[in-house]
Amino acid sequence: MRYIPNSPEERQEMLRGLGLGSPEELFDSIPADIILREPLRTPAALSESELLEAFEAMAAKNTAARRPNFIGAGAYTHYAPTIVDSLIQRSEFFTAYTPYQPEISQGTLQAIFEFQTLVCQLTGMDVANASMYDGSTAMAEAVLMAERVTRRSRVLVSGAVHPEYMQVAETYVAHAGIELQRLDCDEETGRTTLDAGALDKSVAAVVVQSPNFFGCVEGLKTFADKVHAAGALLVVVVTESASFGLLRSPGACGADIVVAEGQSFGVPVSFGGPYVGLFATREQYARQIPGRLAGIAYDKEGRRGFVLTLATREQHIRREKATSNICTNEGLIALAATIYMTTMGRAGLQEVAAQCAQKAAYARKQIAALEGFSLPHSAPVFNEFVVRAPVEAKGLLRKLADEHNVTGGLALSRYFPDRPNDFLVCVTETNKRADVDALVSGLKQVQSSRLKVQS
Amino acid sequence: MALKATPHITQNEALVFERSQTGRRGYRLPALDVEETPLDELLPAELRRDDDLEGVPELSEPDVVRHFTRISTWNYNIDLGLYPLGSCTMKYNSRLNERVARIPGFANLHPLAPEEDAQGALEVMYKLQQHLSEITGLAGVSLQPAAGAHGEMTGVMMIRAFLDARDGARVEGKPSRNVMLIPDSAHGTNPASAHLSGFTVKTIRSTPEGLTDLGHLRELCASGDVAGLMLTNPNTCGIFERNIREICRIIHDAGGLVYMDGANMNALVGVARPGDMGADVIHLNLHKTFSTPHGGGGPGSGPCCCTSELEPFLPVPRITKEGEQFRLDLDRPQSIGRVKAFYGNFGMHLRALAYTLTHGNDGLREATEAAVLNARFIAHGLADTFDKPFDSPPMHEVLFTDKRQTRKGVHTLDIAKRLIDYGFHPMTIYFPLIVQGAMLIEPTESVGRAELQQFVDAMKEIAREAVEDPDKVLNAPHTTRIGRLDEATAARKPVLRWKPAEKSATA
Repeated sequence: MRYIPNSPEERQEMLRGLGLGSPEELFDSIPADIILREPLRTPAALSESELLEAFEAMAAKNTAARRPNFIGAGAYTHYAPTIVDSLIQRSEFFTAYTPYQPEISQGTLQAIFEFQTLVCQLTGMDVANASMYDGSTAMAEAVLMAERVTRRSRVLVSGAVHPEYMQVAETYVAHAGIELQRLDCDEETGRTTLDAGALDKSVAAVVVQSPNFFGCVEGLKTFADKVHAAGALLVVVVTESASFGLLRSPGACGADIVVAEGQSFGVPVSFGGPYVGLFATREQYARQIPGRLAGIAYDKEGRRGFVLTLATREQHIRREKATSNICTNEGLIALAATIYMTTMGRAGLQEVAAQCAQKAAYARKQIAALEGFSLPHSAPVFNEFVVRAPVEAKGLLRKLADEHNVTGGLALSRYFPDRPNDFLVCVTETNKRADVDALVSGLKQVQSSRLKVQS
Repeated sequence: MALKATPHITQNEALVFERSQTGRRGYRLPALDVEETPLDELLPAELRRDDDLEGVPELSEPDVVRHFTRISTWNYNIDLGLYPLGSCTMKYNSRLNERVARIPGFANLHPLAPEEDAQGALEVMYKLQQHLSEITGLAGVSLQPAAGAHGEMTGVMMIRAFLDARDGARVEGKPSRNVMLIPDSAHGTNPASAHLSGFTVKTIRSTPEGLTDLGHLRELCASGDVAGLMLTNPNTCGIFERNIREICRIIHDAGGLVYMDGANMNALVGVARPGDMGADVIHLNLHKTFSTPHGGGGPGSGPCCCTSELEPFLPVPRITKEGEQFRLDLDRPQSIGRVKAFYGNFGMHLRALAYTLTHGNDGLREATEAAVLNARFIAHGLADTFDKPFDSPPMHEVLFTDKRQTRKGVHTLDIAKRLIDYGFHPMTIYFPLIVQGAMLIEPTESVGRAELQQFVDAMKEIAREAVEDPDKVLNAPHTTRIGRLDEATAARKPVLRWKPAEKSATA
């Protein structure tokens, strides 16, 4: 095996040096009746070229990867400058462990500190951690943290939160004594409704996503006022981090905890992962935050460095009393996001957001003008919006893919069986005008050929 | 006049925020190709940012490349040399696997694309599941958990769900079996994951041999409220729990289930299988045993493997094969639910499958043998110099202590820091917690004989220094760009983000 430096002959010599006759004797402490006598029934070894061929052949079956795509819904196609992937492939970053020995891990630690700062700047919060697995688990951890902070056990979650995020939260709280209660969505505006009556002294937090799953930007300030009046925390979820470049930050709107999916920052959609969860909160809750934190420290000569800090919150010290069980997080993806944010910078993050919003507005206008199609929600959007088709959306999108080679959006029936004709369209800066026009003309043709068949 | 020049600029790289220069740009987007809508029509002003992203850096592309390249050189890494962190399995991360993960047909595939348009990705996951099932001897596999601790949480939640389904209704609102047994040598994530899943943790003592105390185990099981056991095998002392069959039998007889922490599977792949030992559920760390890169703290991947009895409780969606078609199956009414959006860290699944296919079945076993052999080589080389708390021959990692060095005031931390001066990353220190001054060394299979010997020589030299020149060890490292950092002050007065100078002065 070419990844093992010691040759079989060298290994024989090493065995002899230990007084052993065969490699089997290395495993003498394992009882004989559980030693595997047969070779594993997995395939024989492939050479490098055979391996690449095998994976290329499987990749070729992913036909959706080659089409212009208008699905967002928690994973967004954005342009990533070449240097993002190039820099994260430096051995020093991708083959390093969690920075337990700060003297020889300063590169990773400084990058985490920069990541934490950038997350604070974009979210408008005071403290951010070194990352969570993804947006969905970050939201679940925010729910658990809200319970710890408030010692209250009910959490109201907007019905316009990503349905998979909601499912993850349900799993996480199943044994935590927390009751999740869903807030309705106004069908006309597409925004979450929060009746003052729903808020009482048992509510730990209200969780709202903005832009929400249906693309609508929520009025976060109004929420914050109501939630704080009841002594609860406002948790804001963001799945499309590109929106930070244009939308008022959750912190400026009064959020207490902000969680986000950071995949939009230079990370490929890669069939759902690895992504990176952003987690930020207010200063006074820093010691309740889950996961790792990097902070400044000095050596005896007064030189500035960085260390993992406030570790007494964490599982390796506190064990079952820790703020979370998380250990390994998403270091390299957080680094990719850091390099992306730094490269795009102050101007680029705003320009990407503006282009997303402009192109989505263009697509909205074109689609709304199509006969039979409508936009059911009236609230302002960022780069994603619901379209109501005159026919069942899943079949429409299938035909659009097969006949017009475009993935036109996500049929909402995947999560909402009572919305068969609705689909969610996402437009980013990577979608050219020609792609949008192809989507619009495709929708028009599929619809008109359907009408012809009917008549 | 004071020196104005900064010495060693690559060693004194500032933060990106301190490097920022107004007006610099590192990107260029294509010009907007649609008619521009006035912003006020898109979004009312109260929904828009008004801070112009103040503080976010402005840098050119070469600035960014230099910045991250400079700080990267301050990191130790596997490609540079031995990284012998015990229980972390820092083995070679192949570049080939990186290439596989970047094939556009995978990297550009949206997770919510219709499953008929994503057959290749589902095939990758299905094949990896088959391999992991064969390696662990357990029928059911979910690739959804994003890391080891996430896999633990998934596994113990499945135990909870299984017991609730088997034992029926709760007694006075509480599950009748609520105790999770965890050895005192376990990783901290075990009790944290058990707690998150609603269990009460009880600790099992270890014997003087470094094994689970069967007597204590039986005693704890007698209470009748035991839901299960979380056990690492080989355990965190690097020793195979030779009574594993008996341990599983005791737990099963008491009505509980056995969770095996797969952190140390690099000692077992192709040699022995958790399923054959009696384990009911296990997580694997793809970022350890299956060489997906650790990335300075993730991404990981923690697949959960279980017996067919537990399979109905695995997270949804499951990946199934009907004829030649792969499907996502959500219709599993007994499932614990979803533990993560989408399907797990797919990029890590690709790399892990590339790992099993590159090794082949014989190569997987060969890697295990080479890993254990390397650990034995170190155990043998250091046996005369350092205190070895347990006699049993080690598996893939070996545990020593600082007992012989403390006489001159040198402790494990000092030995670890001094190793840095010899060009090695330190071993895992002060873990497991049950062994005072623990040094847990895991060389993995990815290191040659000569470098192992260099490591042994360095450790012996440090032992000599501990006697003859203890100050040299106590003040180590001497060769890094910064010395030991004051972590206590950092925790007492935490500074967790950069702020512009004038603001931090008033904050």
